[in-house]
Amino acid sequence: MCLKPSILVYGYGNPGRQDDGLGIRLAGMIEKWSVQSGYSHIVTDTNYQLNIEDAELISIYDIVIFADASIDPEGDIELTTVTPDPKTEFTMHAVSPGFVVDLCHAIYNRHPDAYLLHMKGFQWGFMETMTKEALENLDKGFNFMKAFLEQKSGKPDKGRPVKSVVL
Amino acid sequence: MGQKITIEPVTRVEGHGKVTIHIDNDGNIEQTRLHIVEFRGFERFVQGRPYWEAPVVVQRLCGICPVSHHLAAAKAMDVIVGAGTGDGLTPTGEKMRRLMHYGQVFQSHSLHFFHLASPDLLFGVDGDPLTRNIIGVAMKNKDLAVQGVMMRKFGQEVIRATAGKKIHGTGAIPGGINKHLSEEDRDLLLNGDDPVNINKMIEWSRGALEFFHDYHKKNKDIIDRFVDFPSSHLSLVRKDGALDLYHGVLRAVNSEGKKILHDVDYQDYNKYIDEEVRSWSYMKFPYLKEYGMSSGWYTVGPLARMNTADFIDTPLAQKEFERFRSYTEGRINNMPMHMHWARLIEILHSAEKMKELLQDPDLLKGELVKKGNKQRTGVGLLEAPRGTLFHHYKINEFDQIVMANLIVSTTNNNQPMNLAVNQVARALMTGKKEISEGMMNAVEVAIRAYDPCLSCATHAMGQMPLEIALYDSNDKLIDTKRSI
Repeated sequence: MCLKPSILVYGYGNPGRQDDGLGIRLAGMIEKWSVQSGYSHIVTDTNYQLNIEDAELISIYDIVIFADASIDPEGDIELTTVTPDPKTEFTMHAVSPGFVVDLCHAIYNRHPDAYLLHMKGFQWGFMETMTKEALENLDKGFNFMKAFLEQKSGKPDKGRPVKSVVL
Repeated sequence: MGQKITIEPVTRVEGHGKVTIHIDNDGNIEQTRLHIVEFRGFERFVQGRPYWEAPVVVQRLCGICPVSHHLAAAKAMDVIVGAGTGDGLTPTGEKMRRLMHYGQVFQSHSLHFFHLASPDLLFGVDGDPLTRNIIGVAMKNKDLAVQGVMMRKFGQEVIRATAGKKIHGTGAIPGGINKHLSEEDRDLLLNGDDPVNINKMIEWSRGALEFFHDYHKKNKDIIDRFVDFPSSHLSLVRKDGALDLYHGVLRAVNSEGKKILHDVDYQDYNKYIDEEVRSWSYMKFPYLKEYGMSSGWYTVGPLARMNTADFIDTPLAQKEFERFRSYTEGRINNMPMHMHWARLIEILHSAEKMKELLQDPDLLKGELVKKGNKQRTGVGLLEAPRGTLFHHYKINEFDQIVMANLIVSTTNNNQPMNLAVNQVARALMTGKKEISEGMMNAVEVAIRAYDPCLSCATHAMGQMPLEIALYDSNDKLIDTKRSI
């Protein structure tokens, strides 16, 4: 018997600002792939930006992967571990993944293993079309995530997403 | 040697503000300025687009109050499709939009209070920035933090149920709304399992007010005297003078309570309001034409609305409104820190309005859209969480938008925010050689009372610390400090 972890892939960003939509686009691709692969324990969500209610959202998962565009990751894509971080910002317009994880722990006395996939973006103008270079990084991010999620998941199963799956 | 102090939040793309404080050789404050680099290009961006796209496209302006832009644009397009203004829609169309709007105000105000204001209140203006946030609140008062998270979530659920999605929904269309409320969503919001139901939201809204009153009783210095300057106030009010966040006529009162804008039709807003450009800021300074910039500027937002309205049409909020008004013995309330109190009253009012609407059968059935003779121009106004939001569009014979003018709430508050910064600087920085953490926090708290929207149109990446840079009279950098 082994337990399959519940996983959330959470893409965020502004798809109306060119490459800033990388995270949301990736979440859509993962959604399609996980359904086709029978990975029912993997769910996706998207948002314009992170905020405090996301602490409640992530609290029910074992693993959360945030996905976002980035100006200067190490390389074209980069996966970093998200550690709880109490630092907040001047206004309430957005909080960091670390802040969401820290708030989750403060309220629910637990938090998921969390990661942030950075995908390098290049242009941030007012349009929905992404740059060619960003689309290449999106493919790299997608391929990396498939391997990462398979490694975390084990064998595919069928059924409704639950917190833990007994195989 | 004179000095220039700069307090600058660092952001990624655009939409950042900075504060510069000029000090003379004797340490006196010579001048303060709040610069907000607000992206104005959006008005150009929508030009050439078909008018029916505007309510969806303009939501890209902001991730915190997209519903406000969505509805203001939709209201302007109601005029263009000949459906009239605000109350000219079908009952279902208007009530669904109102429910969406009250959900938006509820979640935005809740976020501000629990995420930004309550940490300041619990830990003080001088509190450690690393604990002066909602995580610190959770450590000290977990119930309060949970309420903040769940109230924000409830508002988002109302938006999802009415607009189709939590962010960038498509509910409002020119002339009405594109769906009814489902019975499932109505039942969930009315009677869902605790804590996601409207009765719990009303209970918690009242609890937040009690929290504020308790704090206020013990901390009158910060709430009543932290910042206080005379201001005029502007907002929409219902035709009978009631607080109305979705639709009404434009009213302004001066600092002594005299009406200086007499319940006018907002389709004619540009007869009464103009905007001044200043070389040192990208953000314009709106003012009432009749009084000129020097005395025609005004405050918008929750405090302004408490000053312009004659009453509130929901019982619990009305009771709080009476307490609010009696605190200044009926006089105009010019204390910006009372914005927090006003915001909490509006949270309670929004919760009461949502309950009233959720019980209304018109949301589940009835005509969704109304149209009439097409017009070439339309203006949409509503009271967004931060204040009056103006959307004005013109279209050509091909239905393309050829002109768009937006006056967002934060722009309306430009002058009062500058005055608040000036007053704090004079009180705390005069004669000082160094900028303390507390002084920096005080400037931040004064600006934050207005809940400014500094990073519309993109989510911020990374942290957004306040940075102070100290310059001598020759603009040479001599010191810097960061808030976090």
